[in-house]
Amino acid sequence: MKKKMQDSTLKGWLYLLPAIVFLGFFMVYPLIDVLIYSFEEGYNFASQTYFGTGTYNYSYILHDPYFLQAVKNTLILVAVTVPLSTGIALLISVGLNSITALRSLLQTIYFLPYVTNTLAVGLVFMILFKKTAYSDGLVNLLINWFGGSSVDFIEGPYWAKMFVLCFYTIWIVMPFKILILTSALASINQDYYHAARVDGTSKFRIFRRITLPMIAPMIFYLIITGFIGAFKAYSDAVALFGTDLNAAEMNTIVGYVYDMLYGDSGGYPSYASAAAVILFVIVLTITCINLLISKKKIH
Amino acid sequence: MKSNLDYIKIEKETRIRRRTVRALTYIFLVFWAAVVLFPFYWMVLSSLKSYGAYNSEYIPKFFTLSPTLENYAEAFTAVPLGQYFLNTIIFTAVTTALMLAVITLAAFAFARLEFRGKNIFFLLFLSLMMIPNELVVITNFVTITNWDMRNTFPGLILPSVTSVFYIYLLKENFEQIPDSLYYAAKVDGTSDWKYLWRVMIPMSRPTIITITILKVIECWNSYIWPRLITDDEKYFLVSNGIQEIRENGFGRENIPAMMAAVVVISVPLVILFLIFHKKIMAGVSRGGTKG
Repeated sequence: MKKKMQDSTLKGWLYLLPAIVFLGFFMVYPLIDVLIYSFEEGYNFASQTYFGTGTYNYSYILHDPYFLQAVKNTLILVAVTVPLSTGIALLISVGLNSITALRSLLQTIYFLPYVTNTLAVGLVFMILFKKTAYSDGLVNLLINWFGGSSVDFIEGPYWAKMFVLCFYTIWIVMPFKILILTSALASINQDYYHAARVDGTSKFRIFRRITLPMIAPMIFYLIITGFIGAFKAYSDAVALFGTDLNAAEMNTIVGYVYDMLYGDSGGYPSYASAAAVILFVIVLTITCINLLISKKKIH
Repeated sequence: MKSNLDYIKIEKETRIRRRTVRALTYIFLVFWAAVVLFPFYWMVLSSLKSYGAYNSEYIPKFFTLSPTLENYAEAFTAVPLGQYFLNTIIFTAVTTALMLAVITLAAFAFARLEFRGKNIFFLLFLSLMMIPNELVVITNFVTITNWDMRNTFPGLILPSVTSVFYIYLLKENFEQIPDSLYYAAKVDGTSDWKYLWRVMIPMSRPTIITITILKVIECWNSYIWPRLITDDEKYFLVSNGIQEIRENGFGRENIPAMMAAVVVISVPLVILFLIFHKKIMAGVSRGGTKG
């Protein structure tokens, strides 16, 4: 019996071996390593030497105007897109839930952005919003129709660029939210609604007193994943404004990490690591706060 | 008589109100569908306009009377779009296949085999799900560079062949297969390996297909890692290719050709989606995240 147990132990670890090797090399080791990097001062990528340990990397990036710009952009992006996208997704899902005709067709259409290449469709958005010498672009055409004057959304003022970035981000994250909310709405027990209708409760009250509490856990889930996703925004910005995000004033925290690591401004893995650790701490804190709030509110 | 009239009036009013709400709902829903679809329409439309026609439209037209395919020819000849495509197909196929092998073995061990340390190890394993990719990418970049694997397929593929989340998903699925089947197989002298192949994998096919589709989407759209690890055009994936086209290709102003490239890159996933949309949506609502 004992022998058999040992046999199975060896076999168990053998089956796990590939996963352990890959995760060890590309996840566990990097996790420790990134912390070490972030405290090594003056790390030289070519010779792989450094001349001290300390918090200099952190203080450097916290005083780097590009990093502060990136933090500001990311915070605006999070503050605008998370509530807006969740709110609109909720409206759409409630609307979808109340109709029967066209429902599955619309559902399928809404999901389409999920499967598209962020970089590729970003290019289309850029063309729709861009003002060039030979054309003001389609969005400006619409603005002109309503009596406004043209704005260059891609290389123009800061607020215009931020608007496009937020708009594109919302467009991209919407499918996931609509999908989660429609399935949450569909799974609510219909008896509650029948009972409320018999009592003559108004529609708005039904929504506030029955629908919202029932799907509250899913909304919180979406807010948490939304926060995390928006804090990690990067590809959408690249798609709209190109790879030199610092010049466009549109960099994000993740973009800053990659710029420090690689590219024209790259070669500083220590700074990149410090920025990545800061990002991780921010995301972790927000997740914890969200979890605490949701626990209090739901129970 | 009067109260009867009131009743009819009230009924009429409610009916009108209900109709208005319904109409507004439909208008809102169709409006959002238009917002979603419009970029796709615009990219196909622009890709069909000739270079001259596109650039002479100061006010862009919403349709074209003389569609042309010359941009598609341009997209494949002026930049190595075919090469990007091939690279992405190789990358996607190999990554997905390797990942399926790795996660199936691991999920089998967690779900079916009994061995010492399993439960504690599984907890440790789950905690890895919290680690964002951004945190480990820096060291991975250094590792792959040190191994001299930049601009190679192994360098592109190796870091993304495991997924803690998919192992978890598959393990949950494996555990739903009744134990009695396993004991029956054991009595018949079937080895664990054979049992995995003959019973567990076929019975979990829906989950495996879902995981495969989600991974294919992820691979097809991956941008950050390939950008870090390749600077040789010969190894660009479609996302990097698009970025390259945007920054250097076609002469910056040839937007119709650019749009043709965007259409070509988007089509495979859209087709995949149209075929499997139910599976994909079910899979994503069970465990995909994006956004």
